[in-house]
Amino acid sequence: MNTQPLRFIRRGEVVTLHGVEPTRTLLEVLRDDLHCTGTKEGCGEGDCGACTVVVGEERDGQLHTSAINSCIRMAHSIDGMALWTVEDIAAADGTLHPAQEAMVQCHGSQCGFCTPGFVMSLFGLYQNQQGQTCTREEAQAALSGNLCRCTGYRPILDAAQAMHTLPAVPLDDTKVLSKLQLLAQSPQGLEANSSYISPRSLKALLKARAQSPDAQIVAGCTDVGLWVTKMHMQFARVLDVTQVKELLRVEQYPHHIAIGAAVTLTDAFAALVADRPQLATFAHRFAGLPVRNSGTLGGNVANGSPIGDSMPLLIALGAHVVLMGQRGHRELPLEDLYTGYRKNVMAPDEVLAWIKVPKATASERSRVYKISKRFEDDISAVCLALNLHITDGAVQKASIGVGGVAATPVRARKSEAALRGQPWNLSTVKQVQKVLRNEFNPISDMRASAAYRTEVLGNLLQRYWLESQGLQAIEVHSLLDPLQLEGAAA
Amino acid sequence: MTSNPPNIAIEHGPAAGVTRPHESARSQVAGAATYIDDIPEVRGTLHAAPILSNVAHGKLLGVDTSAARAMPGVVDVVLSQDIPGDPMLAAFAGDEPVFAIDTVQHIGQVIGVVVARTAMQARRAARKVKLNIEALPAILTVQQALEAKSFVLPPVHVRRGNAAAAMKTAQHTLSGTLEVGGQEHFYLEGQIAYVLPQEQNQWVVYSSTQHPGEVQHWVSHALGLDNNAVRVECRRMGGGFGGKETQAGHLAVWSAVAANKVKQAVKLRLDRDDDFMVTGKRHPFAYEYTAGFDDTGRLTALQLMMAANCGFSADLSGPVADRAIFHSDNAYYLQDVDIASYRCKTNTQSHTAFRGFGGPQGVILIETIMGDIARHLKMDPLDVRIRNLYSDEVLSTSTSSVRTGAEAVRAEPVEALRRDTTHYGMKVEDNILAPLLSKLELSAQYRRRVEAISAWNSKSPVLKRGIAITPVKFGISFTATLFNQAGALVHVYTDGSVQVNHGGTEMGQGLHTKVAQIVADELGISFTRVLATASDTSKIPNASATAASAGTDLNGRAAQFAARHVRDNLAAFVCGLDGCGAGAIQFQNGQVLSPKTTRSFEEVVGMAYANRIQLWSDGFYRTPKIHYDKATLTGRPFYYFAYGASCSEVVIDTLTGESRVLKVDILHDVGRSINPGLDIGQIEGGFVQGMGWLTTEQLVWNDKGYLSTHAPSTYKIPTAGDVPAHFKVDLWPEPNREDNVFGSKAVGEPPFMLAISVFEALKDAVARARGDGAAVRLIAPATAEHVLAALTA
Repeated sequence: MNTQPLRFIRRGEVVTLHGVEPTRTLLEVLRDDLHCTGTKEGCGEGDCGACTVVVGEERDGQLHTSAINSCIRMAHSIDGMALWTVEDIAAADGTLHPAQEAMVQCHGSQCGFCTPGFVMSLFGLYQNQQGQTCTREEAQAALSGNLCRCTGYRPILDAAQAMHTLPAVPLDDTKVLSKLQLLAQSPQGLEANSSYISPRSLKALLKARAQSPDAQIVAGCTDVGLWVTKMHMQFARVLDVTQVKELLRVEQYPHHIAIGAAVTLTDAFAALVADRPQLATFAHRFAGLPVRNSGTLGGNVANGSPIGDSMPLLIALGAHVVLMGQRGHRELPLEDLYTGYRKNVMAPDEVLAWIKVPKATASERSRVYKISKRFEDDISAVCLALNLHITDGAVQKASIGVGGVAATPVRARKSEAALRGQPWNLSTVKQVQKVLRNEFNPISDMRASAAYRTEVLGNLLQRYWLESQGLQAIEVHSLLDPLQLEGAAA
Repeated sequence: MTSNPPNIAIEHGPAAGVTRPHESARSQVAGAATYIDDIPEVRGTLHAAPILSNVAHGKLLGVDTSAARAMPGVVDVVLSQDIPGDPMLAAFAGDEPVFAIDTVQHIGQVIGVVVARTAMQARRAARKVKLNIEALPAILTVQQALEAKSFVLPPVHVRRGNAAAAMKTAQHTLSGTLEVGGQEHFYLEGQIAYVLPQEQNQWVVYSSTQHPGEVQHWVSHALGLDNNAVRVECRRMGGGFGGKETQAGHLAVWSAVAANKVKQAVKLRLDRDDDFMVTGKRHPFAYEYTAGFDDTGRLTALQLMMAANCGFSADLSGPVADRAIFHSDNAYYLQDVDIASYRCKTNTQSHTAFRGFGGPQGVILIETIMGDIARHLKMDPLDVRIRNLYSDEVLSTSTSSVRTGAEAVRAEPVEALRRDTTHYGMKVEDNILAPLLSKLELSAQYRRRVEAISAWNSKSPVLKRGIAITPVKFGISFTATLFNQAGALVHVYTDGSVQVNHGGTEMGQGLHTKVAQIVADELGISFTRVLATASDTSKIPNASATAASAGTDLNGRAAQFAARHVRDNLAAFVCGLDGCGAGAIQFQNGQVLSPKTTRSFEEVVGMAYANRIQLWSDGFYRTPKIHYDKATLTGRPFYYFAYGASCSEVVIDTLTGESRVLKVDILHDVGRSINPGLDIGQIEGGFVQGMGWLTTEQLVWNDKGYLSTHAPSTYKIPTAGDVPAHFKVDLWPEPNREDNVFGSKAVGEPPFMLAISVFEALKDAVARARGDGAAVRLIAPATAEHVLAALTA
């Protein structure tokens, strides 16, 4: 077995590491191998953000930076990228970066253990804002994957909005890009016998998949990373799909959007929200930003967790998946991918390549509702996605996806049937509420009781009905806009 | 040359009373601040991982380590029989083994540790250890414990007057129950210890602990050594919140026992999930109560049963449950009262200190009753709260006896009895509750908003809003009087720079910053000349835990005294030079002024050194006035009270039970603030942590006693998105009326309870949504499921 060198750009120089095992995390490499202990482990599962670092890649000739969780990211996955940790952003003379200085001035650190992660999320925000200030909501979104237990966040949000008022410290994009190009000339992980295979083309991916059906497929590693850190799994060979250029594309067709399996959740949701703006809140509530920056829509779908949030929505929207292998490809409705708890129809030599999502039509009314204990970065107790086509006062088509009520994400076929062809009125809604509540037998667990899940499913249909009757802003987060709040309280 | 040139332009002026960044802020934001896991490891350092019980209660019949020992990198497995000293922890109740011996008492109890070359190797191997456990019936709930009379400590009853008689004559009575969940500390830095064997059976322990002295005590006890053989150091913790008061000691002992066996340095850093499974949390409480009150909303009688879920051992449950009793008045005068407190033993983690230390569990109950009374009488809840505040109002003679345990009412009291004395006999002398509430009521525009909310709700079919103001009165001091002592060392070096060391620990609260500010002002020098150093049992012995909000009160005063001794030495020396009285010497702005001349502090220090004057000193402080009689449960356990109030507005979704906090206004009393920036940080942070306790943070144990919320994926502390845009904090503009360091007040814990206004606002919203006048029964935390249940029950 061949553990090829791992190379990335840090502090303007190429770092080359040898003998890094395929399941070694980026955080382990930083702390244990490089003795850079500024980056912290808070949870080892991508939920607290103490380990946040920023990676940079060339994208369409530009430097693209994003904040990610280093604790669940396989180190080899950043081969060929640029990396910044909290130790890398101050000037050589010790002058702090604006993201750091603003944190000091605003009292953004108390115990300081989450601080490196916050600083790096702020650094990522700083790069993406290009010298512009941000709103409080944008700051909250940028920090949605970072937990702090000391400050109550207000000072950190202030720092996010204040850092742009400090003397600007731009990145030297050109220099970083030239170094990245240097690495790109001799990419790693292409040999079939390497322990971390990272194909650059679809053809190479399918070949590697056929040759190494035992290799663990990974994309953003936001779930498989936990198999390593929490379940202590070790893989002799890993097949990473995130460098396959065909699968990194979002393609627009007249009637559907095709999202490559390696497209990050951030980019995939951006495409979905551009087509259906009402999904913006739901997209924001899918995990935290560092997870969305690493994780892929294809990974979420292929993983098939019953509480994965993208599938109920994709099922309701009528999405199909395209599976590919050297023998050919096949396309099937998303709900037919799953055969049981985390089981699917994929053959050992197949990969999930594309997710095809029908575009919005004038007659559809699509909504997705998520119930969780916490608004941001939480997993659904219940997720209900509804896509109804109502014309002339009657339901022409009904498509309903549900999460959190069965062993897999499911389509609510009985409820769909009960709606189809019926007049869209309160009596139909009351009838279908009963059907929907009886269609599944959810379990009780730490997220909610079975009774609550059942009750709320019906209530969410009622919410959908009320919204269809013109009621605006009837979700609790719709009151968070300070202007609306003031207006309402006056 | 160093990259950081010495600070030439020294800024002068009073160091205290102004906002300054945390002393470590600049290194924290650069990733340069060192936590235990960042200390460079000495050669041969090994790593340990715990072997956890997978049964809630059972006989431990055997431990098969053969598979674990065969795993890569494994060096040894360490069990109870490997402990050279006492196999029981040196905890005060003596009821906890270091490692499980012949029984297991909760899922997650530590049976031993695996030692391996790397942490992951140790963790993998720990799961390969085969446990032979014969399951026994387990007690998993407070109700089961009460039925079985399963207690870690005997019940405590506190009575004043005759609650039963007063209840019979009350104009109204209400009975109810309440359940309040526990809370995981979720310090961002998990529990960790790093133990290094030294020569001659001496030991160095790096521990992320709020109580280095106890770690020293426990480790030496387990190793069978004198205390002086063990040195414990902690520069900083990545958060504590009470979770590292006793719990850090367990890790240090496990690591030390392992290091003793393998004769090498051992580090034990708990995986986050293991941290959840192993360590104790805030105590969940259950209550039954009956309240008697009159038409004006005034409480006239209270019968209260409070049951604390303590887990499998006593740990700090006694003082936690005591503090819940002490704070079941919160801001209100309880006339005839009967409180029964049960300390229930269950087969779960042993619950422990957590910010507020039982206070929140006392306060939430009486605030529940205030809300109940208001809704019953259709009064505004704030009016009911104001009606019941402590005051100097003379008690009417028609009420029954008010003295603890008094059989006979004295015919002619020497002094008029007033509504100013707590149920444990302490007079509330520094009461600012009424003016504080009144000021917040105005600044938050409470009355106008109550009206606006009613109008808004009447037009909103799905969403309903609610609002509440709740006060806090929190007693400051360790209730165990002996812990209210502290020591410090102040070293002045010949260049005029200063080191201060004290018995407190830094967990993010800014203690070292405040202490350095105090020392700087005492010596009249710049803050930048004073460095606070790591907590170290070899510098300050026998220090109390940094807890009870008293870190600055105790250690700041001790450091002030130490600095004062040095200053006195310098003053006496200058007096000799200039021929004046010691009282004529002033230290300010980095200068030493005598009637004759002015010298720089550095110059005086240099001259004093040359003349063999002592330039360093110790300082010692013990809190005055406090005393408490455990037999009669009366006395003055607290030096003073810290006060605050908050106004919270929320919205709920009546279809799903989801909620959001919309607006928060806080007015809080920190006395004369030593560092307003740090104090506001404590207030905001405490509030948000309290908000988490009462809204999103739910601990769920399944029917086997397995904690199924054991990671941040399932246990949800607040995020930045949960903090409302309107989150306003004001400080009460008055110094501490007691003689406390610089006129300040303690601030760590009291703001936590401000978040009870969120819970009361949620109940207000539920009541408004129901509109049926029924009592609101909301279980804490107010998850969407619990709110929906309160709407429909």
